[in-house]
Amino acid sequence: MSNKEIWIFAEQREGVISLATLELLSEGQILAAKSGYTLCAVLLSADDSKILQELYNYGAKKVYSAVGPKLSYYQNDYYSKVVADLIIEKKPEIVLYGATSVGRSLAPTIAVMVNAGLTADCTELDFDTEQMLLLQTRPAFGGNIMATILCPNHRPQMSTVRPNVFKKNKLGDKEKGESVSVKVDLSKVKDRMRLLEETKEEVDAVDLCEAEFIVSGGRGVGSPEKFIVLQDLAKELGAAVGASRATVDAGWIAHFHQVGQTGKTVCPKVYIACGISGAIQHLAGMQSSDFIIAINKDPQANIFDVADIGVVGDLHDIVPELTSQIKALKK
Amino acid sequence: MNIAVCIKQVPDSDKVTIDRETNRLNRAGVPSVINPFDENALELGLQLKDKYGGKVTVITMGPPQAEEALRECVSVGADEVILVTDRKFAGSDTWATSYTLSLAVQKAGDFDVVLFGKQAIDGDTAQVGPGVAYFMDIPVITYVKEAEKTDTGFKVKRVTEEGYQLWEVDGKAAFTVVKEANTMRLPSLKGKMRAKSATIITWGADDLGAEDAKIGLKGSPTIVKKVFSPPIKTNRETIQNEDPKQSVKELLGKLKERKLI
Ligand SMILES: Cc1cc2nc3c(=O)[nH]c(=O)nc-3n(C[C@H](O)[C@H](O)[C@H](O)COP(=O)(O)OP(=O)(O)OC[C@H]3O[C@@H](n4cnc5c(N)ncnc54)[C@H](O)[C@@H]3O)c2cc1C
Ligand SMILES: Nc1ncnc2c1ncn2[C@@H]1O[C@H](COP(=O)(O)O)[C@@H](O)[C@H]1O
Repeated sequence: MSNKEIWIFAEQREGVISLATLELLSEGQILAAKSGYTLCAVLLSADDSKILQELYNYGAKKVYSAVGPKLSYYQNDYYSKVVADLIIEKKPEIVLYGATSVGRSLAPTIAVMVNAGLTADCTELDFDTEQMLLLQTRPAFGGNIMATILCPNHRPQMSTVRPNVFKKNKLGDKEKGESVSVKVDLSKVKDRMRLLEETKEEVDAVDLCEAEFIVSGGRGVGSPEKFIVLQDLAKELGAAVGASRATVDAGWIAHFHQVGQTGKTVCPKVYIACGISGAIQHLAGMQSSDFIIAINKDPQANIFDVADIGVVGDLHDIVPELTSQIKALKK
Repeated sequence: MNIAVCIKQVPDSDKVTIDRETNRLNRAGVPSVINPFDENALELGLQLKDKYGGKVTVITMGPPQAEEALRECVSVGADEVILVTDRKFAGSDTWATSYTLSLAVQKAGDFDVVLFGKQAIDGDTAQVGPGVAYFMDIPVITYVKEAEKTDTGFKVKRVTEEGYQLWEVDGKAAFTVVKEANTMRLPSLKGKMRAKSATIITWGADDLGAEDAKIGLKGSPTIVKKVFSPPIKTNRETIQNEDPKQSVKELLGKLKERKLI
């Protein structure tokens, strides 16, 4: 085993490690096995005591932990300084971040600070053992095209990685790891921005980006009231509710639910598209779902091109029937 | 308030396809538009100007034809437009683009705020805003929906996965702007006239004093190894029956088979 390292940026919010981090650690295990590098996590927090064990359990052999009151939440100036200093000192080969609102803001700053390449929003990672390079694959042009990106001459190789693409793989409950405490010196960093307050919207019982099932509605739903039919199915499945832009623009449902290029990118286990035509901008946000079911009355609809199962029919018949048959199944 | 907005001209993503034989982009004949998120950045800039007075400068880096996009910006109210263009910039990734744009913004003026779109729809990287901000040594807040001036700087609303955050920034700042922020205004007749005759300030690498090693391909740490079409699903199963009950039964059967429920 070489002494080279793969780092996963461990994103915590209020002391809870994000799902994206656990997925990345799991993918990191695979990359570590291929490359022979050591899988490590980098944690910035106000208190790491409750977090370290979880990172070991998902495969981190070493956790670089920076603890300080200024690190309780993501503040770009502080976070980028701590991580960039550490990168310059330890010279990891690879650094991966979840493509979340934190990762996608922090990583670009760090990339210019340490003069590294950065590939955004990857959906596939692999390691080329001949050239010893990370292969970073991502959609571009709204998913019309996939591109594989390399970073041959700069280190570290960095990517942000789309949540929900990789599966979590917990190794055990008492995995061993080592924590390395990182000295935090923020005295030279100007205090020029601060979080005043945070409002969490109780939009849904289930968050779209982290949902395993999504029931999504398009113009075919017909009216705002009819979304209830989808909500019923969602409730039965423990799913989140998504929407096409047409329905959001019509004011049937809040933008928060919009899936697609100008909405959220989702990657659930199962995506059920109801009355959605499958415009490229919509596909951009859901195409990488594991399994896609499309319900549409037009057999020619584009959505069927990306579907694993296509149900041709009226959603107003199919969806309530589906809900009731699933209910019956549960009993 | 002195406001800068960085915009990019992008191919209308609806129309970009890939040649399945050569794996090259078919760009010929694809219309170009202002990156949709940059319209939101521009509108936010115009609204700040409406409220606090001042000037809006729009900067783009791209090929000569990006001039069209700049004229469109003038038609809705941009005061000054700058085209950063040079053969030497070809092949820039987000690192090199951030460096080049940061030089252009600094040369263009002393701005209170520099606005970006959330991301450009050709690459969807969302990296240039934070990159430019770092090179300029100003704080950046991403995913901004609303911004207002305060005595010391700005107060902004930032969209997160879970809801909203309210941030306070001292002094100058950079923001990347989300779709929900606004809808770009329509050009006025007067604006359209102004756009036709507007002067496009044009700068190349030498005007910016850009270091050769940091621009274009040479300044780009990442390279594209290959592009390919996303695999199409060939094994789709179709369910179509008169009776919805039957369709649902078949659907559930297939889901059970795959252990999805
Ligand atoms: C720059 C840009 C960004 C965009 N971003 C997004 C985005 O992020 N997300 C997004 O979704 N769109 C986006 N769009 C819009 C996109 O192009 C489409 O207009 C939109 O997705 C269409 O929504 P829809 O499928 O609900 O409506 P439609 O295209 O009108 O489709 C409705 C479908 O419902 C079917 N239907 C009707 N009645 C029934 C019924 N009773 N039972 C079953 N099926 C029925 C019809 O056959 C049809 O296929 C964007 C567009 C642009 C230009
Ligand atoms: N070539 C460019 N010229 C001007 N602005 C740009 C350019 N590329 C990116 N930007 C700005 O940076 C934002 C993010 O772009 P990207 O990182 O490419 O997704 C865009 O929305 C623009 O505001």
